[in-house]
Parts: sequence; structure tokens; C-alpha cells
Amino acid sequence: MIAALLGTDPLFNPGVHWVELLIVVIKVLAAFGVLLGSVMLMIWFERKVISDMQSRIGPNRAGPYGLLQTLADGIKLFFKEDLVPERADRFVFKLAPYLALIPALLVFTVVPVGGDLTIAGHTFELQVADPPFGILFVLAMSSISVYGVMLAGWSSGSKYPLLGSVRASAQMISYEAALGLNVVAVVLTARSLSTRTIIGSQAHAFWDWNVIRLGFVPFFLFLIAITAELNRPPFDLVEADSELVGGFNTEYSSIRFALFYLAEFMNTITMSAIIVTLFFGGPDGPIPRFIPTSDIWMPIVWFLAKTLVFLFGYVWLRAALPRLRYDQLMDLGWKVLIPLSLAWLLVVAAVIVWGWWGLLVGVAEVGLGFGLARSFGVGAARTEAGGTF
Amino acid sequence: MDLKFLGGFKLTFEHLARPRVTRQYPDEKRPKQPRQHGRHVLNRYEDGMEKCIGCELCAGVCPADCIYVRGLDNPPDHPVSPGERYGYVYEINYLRCIHCDLCVEACPTEAITESKLFEFSFTNRSDAIYTRDELLVGDDGLPQKMPWEDWRIGDDQHTSGWMRATSPSGAAAFEGEVQWSGELGYGVRAPEGGQSGHRDDEATGSKQLRDTMEAHLLPEDIPYAHRGMRGRVWRAKLSATKKRDKHEAGKARRAEAKAAR
Repeated sequence: MIAALLGTDPLFNPGVHWVELLIVVIKVLAAFGVLLGSVMLMIWFERKVISDMQSRIGPNRAGPYGLLQTLADGIKLFFKEDLVPERADRFVFKLAPYLALIPALLVFTVVPVGGDLTIAGHTFELQVADPPFGILFVLAMSSISVYGVMLAGWSSGSKYPLLGSVRASAQMISYEAALGLNVVAVVLTARSLSTRTIIGSQAHAFWDWNVIRLGFVPFFLFLIAITAELNRPPFDLVEADSELVGGFNTEYSSIRFALFYLAEFMNTITMSAIIVTLFFGGPDGPIPRFIPTSDIWMPIVWFLAKTLVFLFGYVWLRAALPRLRYDQLMDLGWKVLIPLSLAWLLVVAAVIVWGWWGLLVGVAEVGLGFGLARSFGVGAARTEAGGTF
Repeated sequence: MDLKFLGGFKLTFEHLARPRVTRQYPDEKRPKQPRQHGRHVLNRYEDGMEKCIGCELCAGVCPADCIYVRGLDNPPDHPVSPGERYGYVYEINYLRCIHCDLCVEACPTEAITESKLFEFSFTNRSDAIYTRDELLVGDDGLPQKMPWEDWRIGDDQHTSGWMRATSPSGAAAFEGEVQWSGELGYGVRAPEGGQSGHRDDEATGSKQLRDTMEAHLLPEDIPYAHRGMRGRVWRAKLSATKKRDKHEAGKARRAEAKAAR
């Protein structure tokens, strides 16, 4: 049962004994520690890079180069007064931060960080778990984190968090559709839901990476959708710190507030890792034939480097783009991302089935699109002229 | 689709390499403006005589009512000031002073002027009231440093009668004419540039400020000589000079410390 859940890890070939379980526990603890440490560094990195982009200096007092700033903030938040509003639903109010945090932690379990590692005769994958439904698990967890936001706003017993959480959950649910559709394109080419199989299907050279093989569009759509899903700028209407009272977490203080913050940055890191896994070949170097991958460390370095590029990208987005208006956000999600994802998915499926002839489906779609746009235009013109259909 | 928003990516990326505007204040101070209004000094003539004649005009004009002056006849055998009287009590309460410089305007003998020193954090009321002995410049003509004041080398420069709230050189009729009497430690100084004259950034201490700000101006606001490749060379030279100065200052300090040992 456990072996089936944890997937095709060679660790379980001899069967599940206490040694194997111990290795699993160690892997879990290591992943947890690495993730928390990288969140700490990520918050520092974001603050440093954004201040560089704004010609400021950024945190530089706590520790060398301000590296311990996050720790200092965390300690400060920990000792702040923990307020629960009088009209709050106390149980749900206390539960919500964990509903946001735990999915963020769990998503990282299916991310392949490196190749196989052999220690004292036990070979295992550098990945906490490799279930055959890996990528579905990611989608499930990102859906559950919506509950964290929704319940946090609802249980606060206050109108601002409630309105904030309604907006937030609407946004996250809308963009989940586009997210899933682009994942489907990847799954179609890899013919598997397992994350390790997905990176295995891209592991020849950089032109086999899904970003190129699927024709860039699914990658960009996925990137936009996931930025909205993460509530990162320019889609950070959930918090909109310069406009709103604070969104769903208005009533939160002390360590509970810190947990939301932690979850947000943890999600940013894990989702960058997911992008790398789905579209950039995970831990594979650009040309593995010339750069040996048998080494244990090189894949990890590649993985970290690629993830770092996306983390920098998120910070860059935050520095460069103004926040979208709510209707613009919804328009982008429903009228651009979802139709485009669907259309591209059809083309990908057709190419897989019919080879290059499948591109004809794309041509047909373009024609159909023009037809639709034309009919909308005519309809709008007639309505404006006061006519009826 | 309007793709102008991509310019935001370019701009923010360029800013990664630009100099920072933030200064690490207590460690590193921004150069002060040439006419900064700080705390007052009571100046002396070149022969060491006090300029104050105890006329109380400064106290009369003070809108915050923070100056208290009492004049007294000069002792005939060793006079304190060249006039008939001198200020034997002179107190300024810095809990009230608003640094408007009206006292400096009112003073007929350039006795009271404002220095650029503003960083004093006294911890009791009696320290806040500067007495005559504290306000008077020292035997070298420079302001006296109180234990609660924080100022570095150079902060006490250009602080005396040369510094007026409104420069007489600002009027066209007085351009290029010396408008102040000679004083201890400085002698008679050359007149300021005035409105049309050459602005000496080095002398007034605002050059560094302008260099820093220039990197953040819009491209069309940057002087032609500092644009493009030429500007890059200029900035590189600037930072190299700064680094060299810092290095040499460090070397001198170490040598000094070694000599002291």
C-alpha cells in the first residue's frame, strides 16, 4: 500500500522494511528543512532584488547581507500578541492558516530534485514520493489551498476579509482551469501523470524540453495561470497591499499571519519547481550527452539553477508590472487563457494522433476564431444600432 | 495588444546596476546643502575679538523667542569686542529654535551665523540651551564640538560669516564683491558666485550629491557629456576615484594607528 503510494522508487524493490521506512522519514525531514530554509532565503532574495530594482539597499542589518532578516521577522511575529476577533469562528479561524501551509508543503513531495542516490546499498530517488498520479496531486493540493484563503476570510467574522476572500477564491478557482488545461498538454506528450516519468520524457537535450516541444504557448499560459494561482504580482488582488485593507488575512496577527506569509512564499518556490519539472526537464542539463548526468550533484545544481531563474522572474514581475484591475483579471482568465489553452490543447492532441497533419486543426481553429470574432462584431454593431436578432 | 508594458522589465533590469540612492545614514552621511541651517556659532574677528556687540537685535527678531542676550560695557583695559559693548550673556534654546536664520539676517556685525551642524541629541534641558561659551568659535575659528553632537571631519567647514541665509551676492549690484568682514580661522574669503557666476560644487560640498542624483535622472535631463558610452566611462572613473579615496583613507588611518602604537 505504502509502496504503491510512494510509486516506482527503486528503494522498495527489496520490499518495505524498517530501513526503507527510516529512509523515507529522513527524506521527509530533509525536504521539510530544505523547504523552510529556502523560504527564508527566498524572502530575503525577493526583498534584496526588488530593492536593487528600485535603487534601494534592502535588508542589510540582520546577519551578513541581511540574510537573517526573515528569521528576525519571524521571531518578532512569534512574540506578537495573538488576536482572535470576538465574532470569529474560533476553530476554523485557527485551522485556516494550516490549510494554506500544509498543501504548500505537500506539493514539494512530488517534485523530482535529482537522479537516483545510493547510500549503503540502498538506492532511492531524490524525491519524497513518486506516486503514479503525481501531477494530479499538485492540482489537488493547489485546490485545497483555496480553502485556506476562503475559510480564513469567512471565519474572521469581519466584512473586509470576507470580501477579500470571495475575490481571492474566485480568482484562484478561475485560473485553476487554465492551469489544468496546460498540464494536460504536458501529460499528453509524456503519457503519464508521474512527475518522474514526465522529466524522463524530456531527458535528451534542451530541444526535447516541453517548453519547446509544445511550442512555447502552453508554457507561457501556465506561467500566467500559476502566477495568478500564487497571488503574486501583477495578480496580487488578494492582498493588494496598496489598495485594500489587507484582503483575507486582515484579522490575522502574530504567528498565524506568518504562516500565511510562509505558505505564500513556499508556494512560489514549489510552483517554480513544478514549472521546471513540467516544462524544463527538471534536473536535466541542457545537453546531458555532453554534460554527464551520472553525477549526483550536477542534476541538483541544474534543478536549483532553473528554479532560481523562475524565482527571479517572479520578483522581476513584481517590480515591473502594475496590478491588474479585477475585471481585467477575470477577462484575462476566462476570455484569453482558457480559450487559448483549449485551442492549443486540441492542436497538441491532433499532432500526437496525426503527426504534422494535426496542424491543420490549428488552421481550422484560426478560421473558426475569425468567424467567431466577426459574428461577435456584427452582433455588437446590431445591438448598438438598436436592432434585434 | 499594447506591449509598452514590456518597458517596465527593461527599466527595472537596468536599475539593478545603477548606484543606490539610499545612504546608510549613521555610517555614511549625505553631503549637506551649501546653505543648510544648522546650529549657530558666534564668530570672532581675525585678531580674536568677538563680533557680538550685545545689541539684542537677534533676540528681538526671533519668532520663536529662543534667544536671550544681555549686553555689557566692554572692560576698558581688556575689551572683548571692538565696539562699545559686548554680549556677556548669550543663550539659544534649541528646544525652541526653528532655524529660520532671521537672527543671522538681523545681526549688524555678522556675529551670529548658522553652521551646518544639526545632529545634536542632548538628553536634558540644560544641554539644550547653548550658552555663550558653547556657541563661541574656538581659538582656531572653528565651532566647538559638544559631547552630544555628532559631526565628522568637514562638517564644520564653510559655516561662519561666509554663510548667510540670503547672500548679498544674489543681488546683481553686489556680485563679485566681498560682503563680509575677515574672521578668525578663515580670513577674508572670496565672494560667492552669485546668480550668474560659476557655481563651485567642490567648495560648497554639493558635488557629491549631484553626482549621486544624476544617475537617476531621465535620459534627457543628463548632461550631454555624461550620456551613453562617455557617461559610462565617466561613472566608472567616478567610482574608481571613490574606491581609491576610500582605500587611501583606510591606509592612512591604519598608518596613523600604527604610529600611535
